[in-house]
Amino acid sequence: MATLLVAEHDNKTLKDSTHKAVTAAKGIGGDIHVLVAGSGCRAVAEAAAKLAGVAKVLLAEGDAYQHLLAEPVAALIVALAGPYEAIVAPATTAGKNYLPRTAALLDVMQISEIVKVVAPDTFERLIYAGNAVQTVRSRDPKKVISVRTAAFQATGEGGAAPIESVQAAADPGISSFVGEELSKSDRPELTSAKFIVSGGRAMQSRENFAKYIEPVADKLGAAVGASRAAVDAGYAPNDWQVGQTGKVVAPELYIAVGISGAIQHLAGMKDSKVIVAINKDEEAPIFQVADYGLVADLYQALPELEQELAKLGR
Amino acid sequence: MKVLVPVKRVVDKDIKIRVKPDGSGVELANVKMSMNPFDEIGVEEAIRLKEAGKATEIIAVSIGPQQATETIRTALAMGADRGILVKTDGPVEPLAVAKILKAVAEAEQPGLIILGKQAIDDDANQTGQMLAALLNWPQGTFASKIVIEGAEILVTREVDGGLQTVRLKAPAVVTTDLRLNEPRYASLPNIMKAKKKPIDEKSPDAYGVDVKPRLEIVKTAEPPSRKAGVKVGSVAELVGKLKNEAGVL
Repeated sequence: MATLLVAEHDNKTLKDSTHKAVTAAKGIGGDIHVLVAGSGCRAVAEAAAKLAGVAKVLLAEGDAYQHLLAEPVAALIVALAGPYEAIVAPATTAGKNYLPRTAALLDVMQISEIVKVVAPDTFERLIYAGNAVQTVRSRDPKKVISVRTAAFQATGEGGAAPIESVQAAADPGISSFVGEELSKSDRPELTSAKFIVSGGRAMQSRENFAKYIEPVADKLGAAVGASRAAVDAGYAPNDWQVGQTGKVVAPELYIAVGISGAIQHLAGMKDSKVIVAINKDEEAPIFQVADYGLVADLYQALPELEQELAKLGR
Repeated sequence: MKVLVPVKRVVDKDIKIRVKPDGSGVELANVKMSMNPFDEIGVEEAIRLKEAGKATEIIAVSIGPQQATETIRTALAMGADRGILVKTDGPVEPLAVAKILKAVAEAEQPGLIILGKQAIDDDANQTGQMLAALLNWPQGTFASKIVIEGAEILVTREVDGGLQTVRLKAPAVVTTDLRLNEPRYASLPNIMKAKKKPIDEKSPDAYGVDVKPRLEIVKTAEPPSRKAGVKVGSVAELVGKLKNEAGVL
């Protein structure tokens, strides 16, 4: 029995979500083979080979894989799927794109965004924006599983798995990459950050995010997040959205500023180790999940917080 | 081109769901049901394409119980032209839904199918991708912008880290993200007009699709709850507690 795990990367570095998906795959059991599909991405394969618990790395290089478009990547996974009992990928936007396509081509009902491996064929996943936990057992001979990475610890390093080159599969040739606008930031990524400072609708503008949230984030070395309301209002870019339909995060410290705590936002951050809520409405639902609540005006509290952190030498 | 918009009937987004005490599922009796919000965005986008002269006809399809007719009527009241109800009894998994939609697409020959990126009940985020796979069509998932250029469709996608634009050869499947558009409300005259628009009724058997579930739902439970902590009086106290009590700083 073996598992094929699809790596998340940008052709240069292996993303932390892969490390976490490996931990989920270990729970399923069997040898873990990591597929690195990309272009000029040998360094990624070398990084994957070092992950503890990985038995082999498959390296598929081709122009069609450079941006992990669903059509060629799904075709590749299907071509390699034969010997594997489970196919696993992190539930990143790339994984969410190619994995269901792969599952349908294999005639398998995918199990999306597992948060726990109960048994090799049984998993827990969240439904209704995290308001219920469903335990599902797969009856398919092959399992296709995406992993909600915030629910798993990252596997360590220390392995030395062999790297095997595999042939690219035929590109269906029905889609092509045009361009991308990626936010440039020196801050850590939301899904792997140790600290996150998030702002809600009460931030009132993009400028206030820059003026109040970002300095605190910089002091902490934190990623910046936002509620759906803040993103919809144009105060923050879409890739900052934390919530059931945005990013699901589980940092050591999550500071929610001016966020009321809609259910769908809570679903995206309630596994954080420590939650701080700063809100001037003391009835805000966010306080029901916060370890530390501060009822205060954020325009006063955030500059104070920045100063207090500076006193700690941050 | 013809545009197909699959629409799902789900528990209304503003309803706080209740898990049944016996763990057999979520309470659906006497609960307000509505169109999946992401599907509403799909219907709106199709209507805008029609208003821009890019789409010729909009067909709303729903797979579900008889009451899913109401969901189709909502799409018709917004501006879809006709509906198809594929009537089923129990819940149908995304893979089976994709198979039924494939058969509908083969019969209707749309140039574009717009679905919500996920349904807010099962949160599976699979149907569009599966449908594209089964049709061997390209897919533009999590769309925040759709531009039709002749026989090609440019889709801007919301991805981790920002936005990505892909070029798809039509026919194609697109799934909607939140920021694609803001769906309109149906006007009263349009709601009245929608009552006269045709809805075809079919069964999964008519399309030769087996809807037997592949996944066994062992149980459904309440999520572990998080207890409210303490209120602090000042920022200094907060930082002190984070450093000394929680140990995270």
